[in-house]
Amino acid sequence: MVQGPHPAPPRTAVRPVRPATEAAPRAAEAAAAAPRQVGPERVTGAQSIVRSLEEAGAEVVFGIPGGAILPTYDPLMDSSRVRHILVRHEQGGGHAAAGYAYASGKVGVTMATSGPGATNLVTAIADANMDSVPMVAITGQVGASMIGTDAFQEADIVGITLPITKHNYLVTDPDDIPRTIAEAFHIASTGRPGPVLVDIAKSAMQATTTFSWPQDISLPGYHPVTKPHVKQIREAARLLATSRRPVLYVGGGVIRAGASDLLRRLTDLSGAPVVTTLMARGALPDSHPQHLGMPGMHGTVAAVAALQKADLVVALGARFDDRVTGLLSSFAPNATVVHADIDPAEIGKNKRADVPIVGDLREVIADLLPELEREQAQHGRPDLEAWWQQLDAWRETFPLGFDEPSDGHLAPQHVISRIGEISGPESIYVAGVGQHQMWAAQFIKYERPGAWVNSGGLGTMGFSVPAAMGAKVGDPSRTVWAIDGDGCFQMTNQELATCTINEIPIKVAVINNSSLGMVRQWQTLFYESRYSNTDLHTGHGTVRVPDFVKLADAYGAVGLRCETRADVDATIQRAMEIDDRPVVVDFTVSRDAMVWPMVAAGVSNDAIQYARGISPAWDRED
Amino acid sequence: MTRHTLSVLVENKPGVLTRVAGLFARRSFNIHSLAVGPTEHTEISRITVVVDVDALPLEQVTKQLNKLVNVIKIVELEDAASVQRELLLVKVKADVTQRTGVLEVVQLFRAHVVDVVPDTVVIEATGGPGKLDALLAALEPFGIREIVQSGTVAIGRGSRSITDRALERVSRSA
Repeated sequence: MVQGPHPAPPRTAVRPVRPATEAAPRAAEAAAAAPRQVGPERVTGAQSIVRSLEEAGAEVVFGIPGGAILPTYDPLMDSSRVRHILVRHEQGGGHAAAGYAYASGKVGVTMATSGPGATNLVTAIADANMDSVPMVAITGQVGASMIGTDAFQEADIVGITLPITKHNYLVTDPDDIPRTIAEAFHIASTGRPGPVLVDIAKSAMQATTTFSWPQDISLPGYHPVTKPHVKQIREAARLLATSRRPVLYVGGGVIRAGASDLLRRLTDLSGAPVVTTLMARGALPDSHPQHLGMPGMHGTVAAVAALQKADLVVALGARFDDRVTGLLSSFAPNATVVHADIDPAEIGKNKRADVPIVGDLREVIADLLPELEREQAQHGRPDLEAWWQQLDAWRETFPLGFDEPSDGHLAPQHVISRIGEISGPESIYVAGVGQHQMWAAQFIKYERPGAWVNSGGLGTMGFSVPAAMGAKVGDPSRTVWAIDGDGCFQMTNQELATCTINEIPIKVAVINNSSLGMVRQWQTLFYESRYSNTDLHTGHGTVRVPDFVKLADAYGAVGLRCETRADVDATIQRAMEIDDRPVVVDFTVSRDAMVWPMVAAGVSNDAIQYARGISPAWDRED
Repeated sequence: MTRHTLSVLVENKPGVLTRVAGLFARRSFNIHSLAVGPTEHTEISRITVVVDVDALPLEQVTKQLNKLVNVIKIVELEDAASVQRELLLVKVKADVTQRTGVLEVVQLFRAHVVDVVPDTVVIEATGGPGKLDALLAALEPFGIREIVQSGTVAIGRGSRSITDRALERVSRSA
C-alpha cells in the first residue's frame, strides 16, 4: 500500500509478526491476488461469523461462551477449520490471543460474551494496543432492540474500548458481518498492528443473511504509509556514515516488521552499537559484538550511557518511552535524531526528530542499506574506534551481574539465567511484569526475534501464563517457559486448567520471593523500607498460601519446588523432560534481591545507578 | 497557545463524532468549539474544530486524528485564507420603550429579528467571533435573556475544494 488515492488495500494480511524470509510475504501477496470465491450462501448471522473467521484465516480462537454470543458457539462447534480453546477467564483468552500472535505471526483471536465477558477482555485489549499486537476480539452484544436499555449483561464495550483499540465496530445488521470481520483482520494486521474489537448484536447472529468471500473492504481513511521517503533515507544514511558516536536504538517495531535480518545487515554495515528495548529483545542476537543490551530504567550501563553520549541516535520502530528516556529533557542531549516508524504519530511525539522517516521498517532498512553503502563509498567507513573504546570500557567496567543473597536463599537472577542457558535460544520465554520480567530481559540471552514475549507498554501483571499458553498453541514445536512472579501468577493461573485439559504443556517458573517484588524494591529505595501491602506469604518459611506445588497438582500439572542453588539445574532439567502436561516450578528466592542497574523514575539517565549508591563517573570516561 | 481551525472530513458513520471528541479529551487537547454537519457527499461528514494549542501539539493532534480509521482528511484553515462563521441566536428584552434601540443595533450588525413578542425579540446573527462579541456587547444594556451559539464553521477561499480528492478516495474504495 502506498499513500494517496489508491484502490482498496489488499484483503489478506501480508505482514507477519515473526520475521519471515523475504519471499514469504510475496507468496502471501500472490495467494491474495487470486482469492478463492465463496458464496453467496444463505446462512444465519452466527454461521456468517464462523465462516468469516474461517476465511479470514483464524485457526484458533480463545474464548468463553455466554448468553449474547451463544448463537455463534453453535456453528463454531461444527467448524473443522477453527479450533476453539475454552479458557477460564476472558482476560486469559485475550492474553492467549496475544501470545498466539507473537508465536505464530498471525492475528490472534479471542471471543467473549456481552457485559462482563467483554469487560473482562479490556485489560488484554489495552495490553495489545500498547504493544501493537495484531488481535481481533469478537464479543456478543444484547439484541439490537435491547441496546441502550440497560439490558441484562449489557455493556457499551465499543464505547469502553474506544481509546484502547486500533478500531472497533458495533454490528447490528447481519449483512455487515463478513465485511466487518474482513476489515477487522486487515486493520489489526497492517500498518502498526493492534487490536480490533467487533461487537455483534445477538439479534444479528440469529437473523438469516448471506455470506460470501472475499469481501470488498471500504476504508477510505486507512492508508498506512509503508514506503519511506527517499530524501529522508539519504539524509539518514549520510548521518550514519559521518557521525562519530552513532547508536541504533531498536524498538519492537523491528520485530513486528519482521526486519531482524535486515537490522543485522545494517548493524554490520554501519559498525554502530545497537541497543534493543524491552520490546525488541532478540531483534539482534545478544551474542552480536555490537549489541550493548537493553536501554532504559533497568538497562545496561553501556546501553544507557551510549544513548546519553551519542551524537546520532537512529530510532528504528521505537517510541522514546519514558522507561527508556528517563527525564526526557536530558535524554541523549547531544544527539541528532533519526526516527523511523510506521506510525507517523510516534515521530516527534516525545522527542523531536531531525530526520523523520515514516515507513515499514523492512522497507526503511532495505532502502537504507544501499544508500549507506553509497555514502561509505564516498566518505569511507566511519572511524568509530574511539567510540568503541569508550563503549567497551563501559561494558567491561559495568557488566550485568548480581550478588548472592545474604539470607542464603536462591538468587532469582541465577535461576533465570540457568533456565535460559539450559532451555536455550530456540525456546520462547514469556514474562509477567515486575522484577522477574526485568531479570528475564537482562539475564536470558536472546538470539532470535520471537524468543521473548512480554507486556511492555501496559505492564500487565498476569500476562505470563495465558500468553505462554497462546504462544505454545501458536508454535507447538517450541519449549515455552512462562517466567512469572508469585504476584503475577496468582492473577491468571486459572489458565493452567486450560493448559492441562487441552494438552498445552507450558512450563511455568514462579520466581517466588513471597512479595510484590518490584513494588517492594521501590519501598526499600524510596519509602524507607516500609513494606506497605507487598507481603504475599507464598515463599520460604511462610504459611505458603497458596502452596504452588499443591496448586499445580490440583490443576493436573506437575508441581516442583526448588529452594537451593544445588537443585536449580536438576529441577530445570526435570521440567524440561516433562512434555505431556504443564509444569509449575516454585523457585523460592530471596526477597531482598533487587534489579540493577536502575534509573529512578523521572530522573536523568545520567544518574543511572549500577548498584545501590554506585553511579558511573562520567567525566573520567570523557 | 494559539487558536487553530481544523476541517476534518470523516466517514458519515455512527460514533465518529465520539471518536474524534474522545481523542481530544484523552490526549489532553483543549477544544474551543466543534461543529459537525453533512457535506455535498452523503458518505462524508465535516467536523470543524477550533483548538487552542501550540504548533507542536497541533501536529500531534493532526497525526492522532489521522490515525482514526474513520477520518479521511484533515485540513487546517488559516484565518486569512478562509471564511469562518458562527451562528448566534440571542433573546433580548425589547418592550415598546427600547425596541427601537434594539432594532438599530440589529441593523448596524446586519443581524435579523426572527421572533417578536411584546417584551422580547430573538435576534439571529452570523459572523466571526469578533463581530458576535461586539453585537452581544451592544445588546447587553437592553438585557440579554438567553444566548445560544454554534461552533465555528469554516471554508477555504478560492475555487479549490478540500473534498475533491477525499471524494475520489471514497468512491474508489466503495
